[in-house]
Amino acid sequence: MHVVILGNGIAGVTCALGVRRRLPKARISLVSGESDAFFSRTALMYVFMGHMRLRDTEPYERRVWDEQRIERVRGWVGAVDVGNARLEFTDGRTLPWDKLVLATGAQPNRFGWPGQDLPGVQGLYSVQDLEALEASSRGLKRAVVVGGGLIGVELAEMLHSRSVDVTILAREPRYWSNALPGREADLVGRVIERAGVQVRYGMELQAIEAGANGRAAEVVTRAGDRLACGLVGLTAGVSPNVSALSNGAVPTRRGVLVNSRLETRVEHVYACGDCAEITEDNAESGRVEQLWYTGRAQGEIVAANLAGEGRTYARGVWFNSAKFFDLEWHTYGEVDPASVVRAGERHLWWSDPSGRHALRIVERDGAVVGMNSLGWRQRQDVWTRWIEAGAPADAVLADLGRAGFEPEFSRRFERAVRADGQWLGAGDAT
Amino acid sequence: MNTRALHVVGAVGAGLGLAQMVAALAGAPLAGYTTTGLALFLVPLIVGGCLRAVAPYWGTTPGIKNDGVQQSAAQARGWPAWLLGVAITAFYCAVYWAPQHLVGLINLVSPLYTAFTGKAAELATADEVRMAGWDPRQWFLYGLLYTVAVIVMGARMAMRYRHSRYQLARTASVCFFQLTFGFLVPQILQAFQQPEFYFTYFWPLKKEYLFPNDLRWLIEKGTLGVFMAYWGVLMALVAVPVLTYFYGKRWYCSWVCGCGGLAETAGDPWRHLSSKSLASWRFERWSIHGVLVLITLTTGLVWANSAAQGQVLGHASSTATHWYGFLVGAVLSGVVGVGFYPLLGTRVWCRFFCPQAAILGLLQRFFSRFRITTNGGQCISCGNCSTYCEMGIDVRAYAQRGANIVRASCVGCGVCAAVCPRGVLRLENGATSGDRFPLSDKPLQALMEALRK
Repeated sequence: MHVVILGNGIAGVTCALGVRRRLPKARISLVSGESDAFFSRTALMYVFMGHMRLRDTEPYERRVWDEQRIERVRGWVGAVDVGNARLEFTDGRTLPWDKLVLATGAQPNRFGWPGQDLPGVQGLYSVQDLEALEASSRGLKRAVVVGGGLIGVELAEMLHSRSVDVTILAREPRYWSNALPGREADLVGRVIERAGVQVRYGMELQAIEAGANGRAAEVVTRAGDRLACGLVGLTAGVSPNVSALSNGAVPTRRGVLVNSRLETRVEHVYACGDCAEITEDNAESGRVEQLWYTGRAQGEIVAANLAGEGRTYARGVWFNSAKFFDLEWHTYGEVDPASVVRAGERHLWWSDPSGRHALRIVERDGAVVGMNSLGWRQRQDVWTRWIEAGAPADAVLADLGRAGFEPEFSRRFERAVRADGQWLGAGDAT
Repeated sequence: MNTRALHVVGAVGAGLGLAQMVAALAGAPLAGYTTTGLALFLVPLIVGGCLRAVAPYWGTTPGIKNDGVQQSAAQARGWPAWLLGVAITAFYCAVYWAPQHLVGLINLVSPLYTAFTGKAAELATADEVRMAGWDPRQWFLYGLLYTVAVIVMGARMAMRYRHSRYQLARTASVCFFQLTFGFLVPQILQAFQQPEFYFTYFWPLKKEYLFPNDLRWLIEKGTLGVFMAYWGVLMALVAVPVLTYFYGKRWYCSWVCGCGGLAETAGDPWRHLSSKSLASWRFERWSIHGVLVLITLTTGLVWANSAAQGQVLGHASSTATHWYGFLVGAVLSGVVGVGFYPLLGTRVWCRFFCPQAAILGLLQRFFSRFRITTNGGQCISCGNCSTYCEMGIDVRAYAQRGANIVRASCVGCGVCAAVCPRGVLRLENGATSGDRFPLSDKPLQALMEALRK
């Protein structure tokens, strides 16, 4: 059996290694136009900032590919030819498959803004984006980042590390408020501004205008503000990359449509990771999950199903983490980012006067359903158990010390949380 | 104080101290070989050095400060790194084998030597030192410069990691142990006619502390000597396994040891250069355990020879001791171990050759509670942990599959956990029944069962 995996990101590579573990005899081809070897996409920012070389971000030594007999094929795929069960590369090569796994990732959103394809306008997703950024940032003085989310703050931190004056345009009134409740969003916003990056809230991009050299030189907002800059970063989210599927042979909508076993509507073709849209019954909007963790989990499911295990993808208690400049964020379970506390919920909110440590515990109908922590590392397994068991908030508070994951000798905040934590009831601002 | 001023004042101070050093080596220090001349060397070097070392981080928010590391010529094997590597290597060669080249510096630090040890010392000439082959002050000079390097670069380390109390405590600890037990105490002991004894080094790192003649000599020195003899034996045979069982190798390697102290402070700018390749790991296993075998055999030979009163083995044991001292003590621990910091990373000696690290590592691997735990599935495989591991451990390989890290070489510096952007790693030594080895919470019972097998 020849398994062809299109895309060597975390989903594709997890799938390749998972297939090898289960099917020692399968032939496995891993196709990428982007890079020779799998690297950690989330670490691209550290390459730019000089913490690591690109090679250091490769999670496996290169010998692994030979040892695991995973054939790496470099090239861009122009079309997926379902009729002949083969990939067609843009350079004319073809590659036939018995089973195909689409793990093509995503691409930065461009919402049809005038000037969005000018030189000096880019997203941050691929190695090619990193190379473009490296070229554009030589001598760069000012940059505008469009999109107040996770990639936005990362791009801002990267440019800031090279002494570029950065302004973030955020459509929302608070930082990343489609993921963070009010107080967390405010706290993160303050951290970003304290680092020296300006955030302009409630601002939407109207157009990008070119200078005399034909490169992006000015950003115009809907409100008519004009911001001069030498680089425009587009970080208003990402969308599934389905460019190789434009012939319609594999049905797509936002992403590649798959069922909960991650099978597409075409036999022997699977999809996982950023490019997949999961919907069992063609419901209006399927789930598109574009995190490192979900890509890894989905890749593993596809590998299992290629070996006939018939597993369904269930993501379990949600978790995620990020770092906003020096502020680490952990989240477990469900935390509604709404600006007011919903009926049936009460939230415990605590933050340190320094604004560097905070905790929110969300209780719904007497059971803890989620949490956010900022500047305070928390154990995933402990929170997962609490959330699965529906532990009441009071019990969690009493036992909070068990969940800490900070280094030894760190300050302990449990007592402060119990003493100064503030209860927010239904209708209160989050 | 503003950052620019700190930079300038620090650089000028350190520069003046270094200029006085060069002048002394050339035979003409400012104010001559006097207390003033010495002050003109040490004060600007230490004060300026500390200011210069903390200046880049002054006024920044606390957090990880690795911006630009891979683009810095001094930190990424560019010409300044080569220059520095050559300079340190040359210094070590001079200290070990050609102290006459350091006679100017030896004379410069002489007043301090006299103040500490109470021993009067004349100005030496290069010819005298060459004829004698050594000078009693050359190792004082070495200890002094070593301690200054630990303190100055310790200030840098503390400033860089000031958001982490673990790193602050650890840095304070290595600076304290180097300054006191690694430098002042052994010197001051001499002023009281006591043996120059290092309470923080044990066999096999300080091999003599289990050699029969040295033990006999200590015991003849009186009460304190007897205490020292017992101390050395008890630390090597009892404290090392007990402390390592509870805290892992780190209690020594990254909290107490002078070699570790230098690596954790002066070596910090180059920790990312340690090789993570499989080939290095294979070499490491043979080299470090090879040195342990060598020193064990040598020690055995010395005892056998002592028991036979030199009748059986002749000069074999002194020849072995001599060559071990040359190869391991000088070449591997000094010239290669420190001289190559800027090129091969900071822990070359500790990782590949130190026999003490070998023993601690075996204990840590098979008989300790210490491990680095992984926080569920939060790893994003970014590679910061592996990159900044000075021991060349591929930490990520464990973290990304959610496994605990239990490795003989891990010195527990905690930098992997500090640089992790997702809060995935934590150093732990709580009880871990079932997780590490059967009966890990009942060490004595585990030991008895292991022995019975």
